[in-house]
Amino acid sequence: MEKKKPVTQESFPFIASAPSPTVPVPPGPIPAPPPAASRNEVALTIDGKTARVPEGSTLLEACKTQGIDTPTLCYLENLNPVNVCRVCVVELEGARTLVPACSRRVENGMVVRTDSERVRLSRRMVLEFLASSVDVSTAPELQSYLERYGGQPERYGPAAQAAGEPEAGPAGVHAAPDGLTAATVAQPVKIDNDLYVRDYGKCILCYKCVQACGEEAQNTFAIAVAGRGFDSRISTEFSVPLPDSACVYCGNCIGVCPTGALMFKSEYDMREAGNWKESEQQRTDTICPYCGVGCTLTLHVQDNQIVKATSPLDQEVTRGHLCIKGRFGWQFVRGKDKKKSS
Amino acid sequence: MDLHIAGQPPERDERAAVDSVLGPLQFGKLESHHLQQERPARSQRHLLLPVLHAINCRIGWISPGALNYACGRLNLPPAEAFGVADFYGLFSMTPRPRVVIHVCDDIACLMRGAPAICEHLAGRLGPAGAAKPSAKLTWLRSPCLGLCDRAPAALVSAAGREPWECALAPTSADALLAAAEQPERRPEPPPVAASLSVPQQGQQELRLLRRVGRLQPESLEDYLAEGGYEALRRAVDLGPERVIREVIDSRLVGRGGAAFPAGRKWEAVYRARSTQPARYLVCNADESEPGTFKDRVIMEEDPFLLIESMTIAGLATGCEQGFLYIRGEYPVAFERLSHAVRQARKHGFLGKQILNLDLSFDIEIRRGAGAYICGEETALFNSIEGYRGEPRNKPPFPTEVGLFGRPTLVNNVETLVNVPGIVLWGGRSFAGIGTPGSTGTKLFCLSGHVARPGVYEVPFGASLASLLDLAGGVAGTGRLQGVLVGGAAGTFLSPRELDTPMTFEGTRAIGAALGSAVVMPFDDSVDLSKILLRIAAFFRDESCGQCVPCRVGTVRQEEALSRLFGGHAEGVGQAPLQLAEIGQVMSDASICGLGHTASSAIQSALARWAEFSDLRQGSVPED
Repeated sequence: MEKKKPVTQESFPFIASAPSPTVPVPPGPIPAPPPAASRNEVALTIDGKTARVPEGSTLLEACKTQGIDTPTLCYLENLNPVNVCRVCVVELEGARTLVPACSRRVENGMVVRTDSERVRLSRRMVLEFLASSVDVSTAPELQSYLERYGGQPERYGPAAQAAGEPEAGPAGVHAAPDGLTAATVAQPVKIDNDLYVRDYGKCILCYKCVQACGEEAQNTFAIAVAGRGFDSRISTEFSVPLPDSACVYCGNCIGVCPTGALMFKSEYDMREAGNWKESEQQRTDTICPYCGVGCTLTLHVQDNQIVKATSPLDQEVTRGHLCIKGRFGWQFVRGKDKKKSS
Repeated sequence: MDLHIAGQPPERDERAAVDSVLGPLQFGKLESHHLQQERPARSQRHLLLPVLHAINCRIGWISPGALNYACGRLNLPPAEAFGVADFYGLFSMTPRPRVVIHVCDDIACLMRGAPAICEHLAGRLGPAGAAKPSAKLTWLRSPCLGLCDRAPAALVSAAGREPWECALAPTSADALLAAAEQPERRPEPPPVAASLSVPQQGQQELRLLRRVGRLQPESLEDYLAEGGYEALRRAVDLGPERVIREVIDSRLVGRGGAAFPAGRKWEAVYRARSTQPARYLVCNADESEPGTFKDRVIMEEDPFLLIESMTIAGLATGCEQGFLYIRGEYPVAFERLSHAVRQARKHGFLGKQILNLDLSFDIEIRRGAGAYICGEETALFNSIEGYRGEPRNKPPFPTEVGLFGRPTLVNNVETLVNVPGIVLWGGRSFAGIGTPGSTGTKLFCLSGHVARPGVYEVPFGASLASLLDLAGGVAGTGRLQGVLVGGAAGTFLSPRELDTPMTFEGTRAIGAALGSAVVMPFDDSVDLSKILLRIAAFFRDESCGQCVPCRVGTVRQEEALSRLFGGHAEGVGQAPLQLAEIGQVMSDASICGLGHTASSAIQSALARWAEFSDLRQGSVPED
């Protein structure tokens, strides 16, 4: 057998553009592709440059092909876009308002600007709104966006006194503001089970946990958005504790939460004790040992102890979603459990 | 999905409330009058809102036992049903007294005695909503009840086996307390002459309002005697394509606020018939824009007109099922339209064989439950379907993907009632009325400081000043400070702008919008800062909460306004810039029209603030 030549850097352009020897090669540089897009491709202009993307792509995907980093909060690859956070908005020529990049499909001839003054203002305001009303201390991504767009959440005044549990009164009623402080969604942390905590003072209402609990992953429907307006919140029926609800503790809501509002109890306890050191953690991919589905598990290990289990979103078996066993069933690995059993 | 329903079993009343909508529980089949309409088999989720109404009316609140039973019947997760119920202002998720007084304290009522009523009730019953569940009655503040022509207004509701609702306007604290005294008996509201709401009643040149006061609203006979259903016969003779052609030729545009050409919508839905046999007609009667009451007057005074209009629209576009979504605070309109639908069905104007021909169309009436946002067309679809009234992202537009995912024709009440005239007298003749850019006649809602508040019908083209004259001029002190045009989502204009033509193009030219055609003047004694704060509070209350710009923006807007007007030294300087930026992100990045317009009235008033201040009573005149 003939030995294959290694493809080197020099040989690559030659291979890629080599015409068939029977067709005469016209002199001069290789002409640019024809302007009309082929049937399954859409041509649009993003920030002055022409982009070609497959039909049906979103503006977000199109921006990505151009190397443009678009901020997103409520978007996740493994869920349908709900376009509620509005941080990914871009300016589309001919549209009266800005459009959400995460859900708007590309069309031929669109002219899109992703960094205009209008876009920057909207993104900054959205981030300021969130950071001034929600505890974003465990949302590093949101914080970095806030810095990128120069947000100043403190300019709306000091946070109003935490109001306790959110009211379950009729929708559309609120106390008049005092003109000094900024309303927040601060409220007590909900710890009603051993597996995870719900700290809705950190919730930006991205709807992802509701999607994951519902028809996009678990089909359990234990939680939904309740209330209206600024009083909207994620809730079980009549705010019953999780153990009384339909929850099956798959933890897929934690897996999609972008702000740490939903958190492993183990992680929460370690953070409270000041022992959570994300930078020192190692991540190791393995296969869940429990059943034959074969979900990929990413074990987060700190000081030689498993502290959390997640699953990569691009994992083709379950797209990042797990069940209670894969998500929480690793405690047996821990030394103290071994001691107990001996 | 495994339905997980915990908690106590339903009590007799709770079960009866749910069964009143769904029919008694039978194994193997669900029997309900709603289900006899041969709708394609699908989840029964769309019955959630009627079921919640039934529970709230019978029990007085949405109790866990009743909700769980309803979820079992509808195969719905309780968390989802709770989220839907908790969305609406008229439902209570906690026990409360059987009798509830909803006192309107919105703009028009605020100027006409609502604060005194609230103060009196607070003295007698404690702060709004604070009464214990065991108390006899409680009271709540309410956004605009659409009775601005007869302000101050209130809605009293009594739950129980024989529930009732009664809108009282004009009213007083004593009248409300007297009405609430006897929850067993529905109070007789003082008779209100139609001429009170329609001061032009009986005038020859009226088109939309011509029957008002000339017929008993309950009487189909009267309606037929006044030329009713002639338009439907004509429409049937013309055939769908010709009717749509007339509507296009009339250049009728939507009267709900967005001013979209009606003919284009009709055509799109008609065209969709080849790919989508099942299509829907939706009449948006969720009139909730503060200061707007034109649709209520039509529905209360000439209900058959709307039913006939919907039938023409349904037959022309090929929709066999129509939904009429009435706001929950309109008990009289709901009763009269329900009656009209039954009558029309009985006499062959609705149902399987309309006019004894092979034509079928029927109407199902749905009641809103206290949510301004449900007037947004896609939020309205979600509300009918049994979801939270959260707007959908557009595109796709309703004519492609609407109610139940089908192509849907959605029109406002006033838009639809223009159709019989267009069919009878021709689209071109209609287009000859008004101005080239705004054809036909228009209903304007005049309230606030005018001598004769009410609905006025004029051909497009009249100026703001002539509308005020029509209503008897500025009342109160008689000296005008400013006019709110288009409602809470509209624009404040100064007396300098009184010659603005009240047309779509005329208002657009000065950066305003006709909106729902509210015209509300304020005399020079009114403290406009209070009105602006009320508008800001309204949007905060009515934002659905789905998108960040509107959910938090409406809160920050109200806070910045109260900083600006509260005189707090700290941050006052920053407030105008903050308000401008909040306004921009809401109008640029919100999902729907509520967010897009939530800052419009406030920004327009601040832009004219110096003028208003100069005009305000007590300000030093410049000599």
